[in-house]
Amino acid sequence: MYAWPLASLITSPGTTLHMTEQGSRGTPYAPHTTATTAAMLDAVGVDSEAALFDIPDPVAFDGEFGIPERSEREVRGHVESILGRNDDLTALLGRGHYDHYVPSVVDDLASRSEFLTSYTQYQPEIAQGFLQALFEYQSLLVELTGLGVANCSMYDAATALGEAATLSQRVRSVSGDRVLVPEQLREGKREVLANYAAGPGVTVDTYPMADGNADLDGLAARLDDDVAMVYAENPTVRGTIEEDLGAVGDLADEYDALFCLGTDPVALALLEEPASVGADVVVGDASSLGTGTAYGFGLGLFVTREEYLRQVPGRLVGAAEDASGRRTYTLTLQTREQHIRRERATSNICTNQAWVALRTAMHAAWLGPDGLVDLAESCVTRARDLAARVDEIRGVRAPVHDRYHFREFVAHTDQPAAAIRSDLADEGYAVHAVGEHEIQICVTETTEQAVDDFVETLSEVAR
Amino acid sequence: MDYSQARWTEDDDRYEPLLSEKSTRDVSTDDGPLPDDLTRDSLELPDLSEPELARHYTRLSQMNYGVESGPFPLGSCTMKYNPSFTEDLAASPAAAAHPDQPERTTQGTLELLARLQDYLGRIGGMDAVSLQPPAGAAGEFAGILVAQAYHAHNGEDRSEVVIPESAHGTNFASAAMAGYDVVSLASDDAGRVDLDALDAAVGEETAALMLTNPNTLGLFERDIEAIADIVHDAGGLLYYDGANLNALLGRARPGDMGFDVMHYNVHKTFATPHGGGGPGAGPIGVTEELAPFLPAPQVAESKSGYEFVDPEHSIGKVHGFYGNWLVLLKAYAYIARLGDAGLADASAKAVLNANYLAEQIDLDIPFGPFHHEFVASAGDRDAADFAKRMLDYGVHPPTTKWPEIVSEALMTEPTEVESKRTLDQLAEAFDAVADEDGETLASAPESTAAGRIDQVGAARDPCLSWQSLADE
Repeated sequence: MYAWPLASLITSPGTTLHMTEQGSRGTPYAPHTTATTAAMLDAVGVDSEAALFDIPDPVAFDGEFGIPERSEREVRGHVESILGRNDDLTALLGRGHYDHYVPSVVDDLASRSEFLTSYTQYQPEIAQGFLQALFEYQSLLVELTGLGVANCSMYDAATALGEAATLSQRVRSVSGDRVLVPEQLREGKREVLANYAAGPGVTVDTYPMADGNADLDGLAARLDDDVAMVYAENPTVRGTIEEDLGAVGDLADEYDALFCLGTDPVALALLEEPASVGADVVVGDASSLGTGTAYGFGLGLFVTREEYLRQVPGRLVGAAEDASGRRTYTLTLQTREQHIRRERATSNICTNQAWVALRTAMHAAWLGPDGLVDLAESCVTRARDLAARVDEIRGVRAPVHDRYHFREFVAHTDQPAAAIRSDLADEGYAVHAVGEHEIQICVTETTEQAVDDFVETLSEVAR
Repeated sequence: MDYSQARWTEDDDRYEPLLSEKSTRDVSTDDGPLPDDLTRDSLELPDLSEPELARHYTRLSQMNYGVESGPFPLGSCTMKYNPSFTEDLAASPAAAAHPDQPERTTQGTLELLARLQDYLGRIGGMDAVSLQPPAGAAGEFAGILVAQAYHAHNGEDRSEVVIPESAHGTNFASAAMAGYDVVSLASDDAGRVDLDALDAAVGEETAALMLTNPNTLGLFERDIEAIADIVHDAGGLLYYDGANLNALLGRARPGDMGFDVMHYNVHKTFATPHGGGGPGAGPIGVTEELAPFLPAPQVAESKSGYEFVDPEHSIGKVHGFYGNWLVLLKAYAYIARLGDAGLADASAKAVLNANYLAEQIDLDIPFGPFHHEFVASAGDRDAADFAKRMLDYGVHPPTTKWPEIVSEALMTEPTEVESKRTLDQLAEAFDAVADEDGETLASAPESTAAGRIDQVGAARDPCLSWQSLADE
């Protein structure tokens, strides 16, 4: 019955092997045999598959893509050989995408096909498992932020930031025309934000930083009643921990601007609770738990105050009762969403990152509160200790900013940063070059064992 | 088929308890490496051992249903089987590079992205492809931004996007997010674009027409050339929503139909798993004229290898990094496995399966000829009740009550992965439900982990976290 796996075993002609009308074996993931295909065509009343296509000749395609068929073994070899062209580097990289050790149990449980191959939970009675896991994910973020409503995912930190800006337009009593972001911000975030903000007619403006933290005087000078949102990060893109976030929140509040805070779940386990510094929206990348580095593949977290509930973008899971009177879970408040509200929806998002959120919740649960706080504290001490060692290297001064750091820090180099980055890559290490004479270095438990060799290598290339 | 989903209950008032109901611990953050004024006071989270967690999530998985559980003919969603080997490739350590590594150290990643750009271009008949949009709706948004940038570059400020009534909700929302007014277009009596209505709707304000082909009724827009002419003559662009591309592989290409910009739903057409709602990926393809406006960067091959290049008039980025890389990797592996013949066969079998299933069921299907999906009517039954009862037969029901042009719609897309035998069972489920009384339908389901859920009550009194439950 199942043609493809058997194909190599059957050599005699005249078997009922599935063949396409073009004489090829076709897709290995359709169970049809020649006999069943014929029976089905007969039932439909046509004599060929081609007859089922109602495509006018002028637009019909009779060419070829030129993509060869391959066996599973061949594809694996092919893709593995391509990926093998990646250098095996120790990546001391961060700036919004982080590597933490993900326990095997996360891969194992998240890969269960009932989770992985399921769809959005439009039939909640048959999808209680995933709904509950997402409800638990939302609850985890509520605990970490102190804010009342978390959605069950956006694509990544940058798109979550964009959504926060459009939310600020909807909830503010008068629409603003600008959002303010730190002058030091990942370029991708700024560009995505600008694309999201442009639709409602909002532009992105910056405020200055002072020694790696928000410059409060500079921010105050940029604020006026037309500012719809102020964005700050903790930790910042340069790894510093903000020392007076409450003042940022107060300033935003003074001008009736939303205060949006960018962070991640590991940092949230230790740093000031967003609710306590006046944050109205919290965004960021939550895949730092559960996924590790994957070329920027992420998970946008989005949490906000309960009063903005009706304006939240994306899916929400809520508790509900079933016919037996037991507590269950369901997607809720769907009238905010595109499939019902169409052009008046709070966002266009449909497909999200639910499975990544599942992994994040699993990883957080595996760590537990002690493990999560320990991990967060290690992000502070590892960056501190590595900065101290790097500072001893001739030609390098670290950290550039006289602040506490989280996972990463910026170092001044006498040599051009680009040359150091390139020389380090030759030796098997990757760091960021963030200025003409500034490199940025990130360290977590997954790279800590390489630190001794790295310091030695850096001392050779940085002179 | 007889079916019973696992059902774990504890007490009379809940199923599997929440993590927070099993064990929690409040941990102080004092005595850490930071001064107290920079830290939170404490953190209270579930505190469970690994064996307890393994059992918790295994139970939750047993109270969930995926493509590997049974038939999943959810219209418009293309719930195909997701080949296991692609998961192994995505788990490869070489796939875990950091996006800020020097390009010369990630030549493998870049080559794979370049190859996927190339394959998608060939499949869609498009000249250039950006892989950055992380989902179909994100692709729509990016594609509409590209169209907007193109018009702006030509000194035009057009304010409207035209969209058929029966289109996916994302189309309307994406156009609105880009700042456009949406002009809604009614269908003709046959369920297709009404050319006269289209002619009346487009004009000098038209930035684009967004179209799904085959449309959400599964019908091919046979007048596509005339549609393209009307839109192009008015100076507008034609946008292709790739949600239904699984109907056309190797038979027709959006680029050949006159579309200027399109998105691909790789989690539909190219078999990457839906993951309970995501992640997907929504690459966009464009004609040569629009290529300079694509998101930055794209991957290009140069003499020294693969590198990122920024299109000349790029709209900038639509994702913080390079999109949903792990999903793109799986999609490439799927396409490379099937090749030309496999892709064409996938569409042929998807269309055959939809037609065969439709032939076997007794419900009215008002519009045709359809391709990979059809929209049946539950008649005088409530389509939502009908769907709930189908769950009891061990099949995931169709998409319900949409598109609205069919009353009590059951939008059904079996995909190519079902056998004749499974389709026969599916048809039996449809027909059995159709024969049952209204009360049975209204009280369904009974075989799933949970009974009928009160969604209205959930929305009336939202409770979105365990903290909120505890407050009640």
